[in-house]
Amino acid sequence: MTDAGPLVLLIEDEPQMRRFLRAALDAQGLRLVEAPTAREGLAQAAARSPDLILLDLGLPDGDGLDLTRQIREWSTTPIIVLSARGQESDKVAALDAGADDYLTKPFSVPELLARIRVALRHAARGTGGEADIVVGDLRIDFASRLVFVRGEEIHLTPLEYKLLATLARHAGKVLTHRQLLREVWGPNAANQNHYLRVYMTQLRHKVESDPTHPRLLLTEPGVGYRMRAE
Amino acid sequence: MTDGRRSPEELLAQIRQEEARATRGRLKIFFGASPGVGKTFAMLEDARARRAEGVDVLVGVVETHGRRETEAVLAGLAVLPRREISYRGVSLHEFDLEAALERRPSLILVDELAHTNAPGCRHTRRWQDVEELLAAGISVYSALNVQHLESLNDIVARITGVAPRETVPDAVFDGADEIELADLSPEDLLKRMGQGKVYLPEQATRAAEGFFRKGNLIALRELALRRVAERVDAQMRGYMREHGIRETWAASERILVCVGPGSDATRLIRSASRLATALKCEWAALHVERPQDVARPREERESVFEGLELAEQLGGRSITISGHELAAEILAYAATHNVTRILLGRTRRTETWHWRGSLAERLMQAEGDHEVSVLGGEPDTAAPRRAQRLKVESWREYRFSLVIVTGCALAGWAIVQLLSVTDVAMVFLLGAVIVGARCGRGPSLMAAVLSIAAFDFFFVPPYLTFEVTDLRYLLTFLVMLVVALVISGLTVRIREQAEAARSRERRTSALYALSRDLADAADVAAVASTVARHLRETLGGDVAVLLDDESRLAAPAPGDPAFAAEEKERSVADWVLRNRRVAGLGTDTLPASKARWFPLLGPEGAVGVLGIAPLDLDALEDPSVRGLVETFAGQAAVALERVRLSENSRRVALEVEAERLRTSLLSSLSHDLRTPLAAITGSASSLLEDRGQLDAAQRRDLAETVLEEAGRMNRLIVNLLDMIRLETGVLAVQSDWLPMEEPVGVALIRLEGRLGDHPVTVHLPPDLPLLQLDSVLMEQVFVNLLENAAKHTPPGTKIEIEAESRPTEVIVTVADDGPGLPPGEEQRVFEKFYRVPGASGAGGVGLGLTICRGIVTAHGGRMWAEARPGGGAAFRFSIPIRGTPPLLPTEADEAISGTSLPG
Repeated sequence: MTDAGPLVLLIEDEPQMRRFLRAALDAQGLRLVEAPTAREGLAQAAARSPDLILLDLGLPDGDGLDLTRQIREWSTTPIIVLSARGQESDKVAALDAGADDYLTKPFSVPELLARIRVALRHAARGTGGEADIVVGDLRIDFASRLVFVRGEEIHLTPLEYKLLATLARHAGKVLTHRQLLREVWGPNAANQNHYLRVYMTQLRHKVESDPTHPRLLLTEPGVGYRMRAE
Repeated sequence: MTDGRRSPEELLAQIRQEEARATRGRLKIFFGASPGVGKTFAMLEDARARRAEGVDVLVGVVETHGRRETEAVLAGLAVLPRREISYRGVSLHEFDLEAALERRPSLILVDELAHTNAPGCRHTRRWQDVEELLAAGISVYSALNVQHLESLNDIVARITGVAPRETVPDAVFDGADEIELADLSPEDLLKRMGQGKVYLPEQATRAAEGFFRKGNLIALRELALRRVAERVDAQMRGYMREHGIRETWAASERILVCVGPGSDATRLIRSASRLATALKCEWAALHVERPQDVARPREERESVFEGLELAEQLGGRSITISGHELAAEILAYAATHNVTRILLGRTRRTETWHWRGSLAERLMQAEGDHEVSVLGGEPDTAAPRRAQRLKVESWREYRFSLVIVTGCALAGWAIVQLLSVTDVAMVFLLGAVIVGARCGRGPSLMAAVLSIAAFDFFFVPPYLTFEVTDLRYLLTFLVMLVVALVISGLTVRIREQAEAARSRERRTSALYALSRDLADAADVAAVASTVARHLRETLGGDVAVLLDDESRLAAPAPGDPAFAAEEKERSVADWVLRNRRVAGLGTDTLPASKARWFPLLGPEGAVGVLGIAPLDLDALEDPSVRGLVETFAGQAAVALERVRLSENSRRVALEVEAERLRTSLLSSLSHDLRTPLAAITGSASSLLEDRGQLDAAQRRDLAETVLEEAGRMNRLIVNLLDMIRLETGVLAVQSDWLPMEEPVGVALIRLEGRLGDHPVTVHLPPDLPLLQLDSVLMEQVFVNLLENAAKHTPPGTKIEIEAESRPTEVIVTVADDGPGLPPGEEQRVFEKFYRVPGASGAGGVGLGLTICRGIVTAHGGRMWAEARPGGGAAFRFSIPIRGTPPLLPTEADEAISGTSLPG
């Protein structure tokens, strides 16, 4: 991670945000390209082929959502969306449009770095990796479809297993309600949020040691769910 | 006054007068004894001089009557074109008031103040035009002859034998800022007439010959000079008053003039006014309304009201009181108001025949210091009272009378077979009494006469003739006649009194109903519709109440009658609102309207107008109805004023409250935002300035401070934004079927590390249904409640989250076993910017709980705080159970475990 560190494109209009991110990311060995507008961001994304894009949703000259769609037309570069609280529907729209993750302002640098790491890892591995996953007390054996908590096998229904496996494959990354429903229940169930709530509750009761204070299966209010990465 | 000092009221009145004078135009009247003395000429000369000074002078209307010298002076002055009005085929040229108001000169010349306008003009009289010009701030020059002054009208009539019909109220003359007397000796005037220099209309030549006699001219000149002298005197007194100079004479006289139906009210009042002017004293016109007066012909009652109006115009007060005994009421008033002179008219003979003497005699006999004067002259000829009576009695009463007499005759025929003729007389008497008791005077008289005739014809020998041989029967006839008349007289009296009582009762109950409903009217619109409805019910016809909306007429409400929306009627209403005078149908101003408009005058000016389109105009002219309408208008104005005042005070109270909130918000904000900022600035600058003095632990401490304080500011801003969203209604609940577990879990994760030593236990029953919740907002509720609990309890205090499912709602409790809420503060903790007394500055702005309650309310639930039985505080809220989520499709194999499926 010296001069060949991953290239991050930061599309953000606020100079003070750019200044602080420049310092924080540089210290971590990440190279940074900056773009203050959506237009320049799109141009830079095409010209520099960054390894990751940090996109502010509130750009003055355009919609971050449109920019996400445009980039996704020709690139699978992971995109992390930065936005303020209270814009849950914007976040969901951006995620559904192809963004990989989001961060609510204000956020801490360790939080940002963790998200960047997860995004880069997922991008490097693709979705094909079917190795065992171990997070905390939980171990999922994808090959034999077995789930262990603190070494003990637990029984899951097929849908519970499918939900857990989906979250685990994207561990560390947020999945929107729509994405999860589509993945687990199929395209026709995209609006049946309560399916997800019920199964999530059941799953937590089987997997978590204290289901009212979950440590593994985290809720992202108004957006979706995320499995803790490490 | 007598001590030379002026009361605050007088000072206030003077200030108001001066203010009004400042905006009003100035009126200068060129006053003369008769036509031809040179008023118009003097006026034009003056106007030219003013124009030479650079004043914008406009000639509104000036009659030169073709006199060359006058026309020469007129030349060079701007002249307003006359307005052409065709009336019954004749085209008349009138002064164009609208054009004059639009042109707005500084000074306008309007000749002949007493002129009567042609129908179709805005006002019936020219002096009303002048009043409006003055009110619009335009100064006016006008001319007036002494015979046209209202109060001198009857004297002029007596001198010249011609009563001028066109008169100008004395108030206009007295209100003029300047009076210039155009004087010419009668000899010179007659010489000018001889030279043909005085214009006389052809048709008036003969009348004028009588008018322009030297004796008349001298008398008129004297009148004019005296009137001007009186005015100068009044000015002197006014000057002394304004400058606080003590008057040299004591105003001890007080005149009371009594008017009633049948007395010549206007003549009496003019005399009183003249006497009062001469004595320089206050005066009042008194009318005692008696029940029996209701039956008087309308013209008589009308004349009383005209008299009272005239009294007001002439500067006196007008008072109406009701009572039975004239003398007693007058004396009572005189005693309480220190009246020194009582003025009466000579009454008709019937009135004088009172068993205790005439009214004047009774007044004189009474104790007191007053003088009684009886004005001579011919009283009005008796009005046709009988004609009025006849209308009351219907033909049915005459038929009844006939039937009774016939019955008596038949009964008499039966009785005479058994008893004597005198008994038959008794039967007829009984019949006459029955008719007298039931019917009016006419039928009673008929019954008496018919009974006598029938008795004489059928029962008194010689039979079947009207001859009477026995003179004793004549006494019987007389007794029958007198008894019938006395009884019918009594009946009529009782009926009149009942009628009067009924009419009073109607008026009183209408007023009572109005004031009762007005008391309930909460806003201006309700007052308007209540008044309109009551007047409609009482009068019939259409009634509209239009309100003043910032000096403009408000649009009619949906319930108002159609006429209120008509352009023409609205312009009348608008005029009434601005000029604060009655106008419209049947009045002197804009009489062609469909409705008559009354201003609703409150203490601070006109608050609206009342429009009445009556079914027939006569109904509106009835004095009692007019009184009623005026009372209604007064009540309406008072009610409107009351509602406006209370609305104002409510608004002011709200503003004060808003101001208080703003102040407390600003002070908390400046404190709560500055404290973390100070910590951040301090820590960051220390880190920046560090030259190796700080060790690693200190640097870490400073960095942590920055982070923590930034987090605190963030939470504060989140709360503030939520509050604004709640208050402005932007906060939209995006509900979804959610288990309560989820927001609780999110809140606990978000607060990790911030709850310190406050262990949290969660008891959520497994059968808790899914609820319609907004996950983000609900999480905020738990975050705020938990933070609150941690903030206000000592370390180690346990916090519990519980939920309980009820049939229609789920109750959630966040409780602690800390010190609990101060007693009695359970409600106040939810108020905006409330902080528990004695809590440290570490607390928030005092918005957390307010926001919680707002969010819960937005979910359709309630939130409250209570003391926990075992000590500590409990915050509870309910979330309603709204239906159940759609059923989940059952899984094919419920019991399957991951292992049973082949890989």
